[in-house]
Amino acid sequence: MALDQSFVGRSYPPTPPYEVGREKIREFADAVGDANPAYTDPEAAKALGHDDVIAPPTFAFAITYRAAGEVLRDPQLGLDYSRVVHGAQRFAYTRPVRAGDRLSVVSTIESIKSMAGNDVLDIRGEVHDESGEHVVTAWTKLVARGAEEA
Amino acid sequence: MAAKISFADVEVGTELPAGSFPVDRAVLVRYAGASGDFNPIHWNEEFAREVGLPNVIAHGMFTMAEAIRVVTDWVGDPGAVVDYSVRFTKPVVVPNDEKGALVEVSGKVAALLEENTVRVDLTAVSDGNKVLGMARAVVRLA
Repeated sequence: MALDQSFVGRSYPPTPPYEVGREKIREFADAVGDANPAYTDPEAAKALGHDDVIAPPTFAFAITYRAAGEVLRDPQLGLDYSRVVHGAQRFAYTRPVRAGDRLSVVSTIESIKSMAGNDVLDIRGEVHDESGEHVVTAWTKLVARGAEEA
Repeated sequence: MAAKISFADVEVGTELPAGSFPVDRAVLVRYAGASGDFNPIHWNEEFAREVGLPNVIAHGMFTMAEAIRVVTDWVGDPGAVVDYSVRFTKPVVVPNDEKGALVEVSGKVAALLEENTVRVDLTAVSDGNKVLGMARAVVRLA
């Protein structure tokens, strides 16, 4: 069933701040097997010009996807969440995410398309820190697969 | 930023050192915990097959995280990545055996851009399948 086109352009209120912790960054870097010291050693990060340890480039997804969950589960949108797969992802950084950041996300539905029986949803997540500085924008393409035809 | 690669030292076609990243079920469980993505298609074989997958598959975001390591290892400073995008074209299937799966990533400089940035095009292959499409990173060099 085609999704309601009137949702295109809709923005959701900013999420409560997500506080980025050093140990969470370490856990994430460990999980992807990445030993770059910029993720775990504040001195190494400072030597690269950062204020504190920074997060790997895809870390922000954990924050923006959580924010997008509000959109996905909006009952008025009517998306079948159980049939959703990740189609594409993009990040555009003003600066890297770093430990101590308190990040808030505003999610906006950029487009809704119906392609080959699937619903394709593009969500933009604008991530700002507590001072209002832009950190990263994440674009997430989600595909809700149509039910299989017999 | 403190990239260890100088803009002056690269040209279109410059190849980055390739990377080879193993992934098994334990890695996926650990990534699920670290990322907060507990979708059972990434750890429950029965569930994965029920929804039409050949087996448990890696998180697309895990594959995306491995692929950019070819760039961040090359440039030194992960903060030098200013833009990164991929399409998820094929899943990385992770069997529950001693081998798991392998994601092999290569990259080359595809374009020289303004302000000492370059575009790197990445290729990620697992079990003979190209698992990412249009995988591109813009990175600021010294």
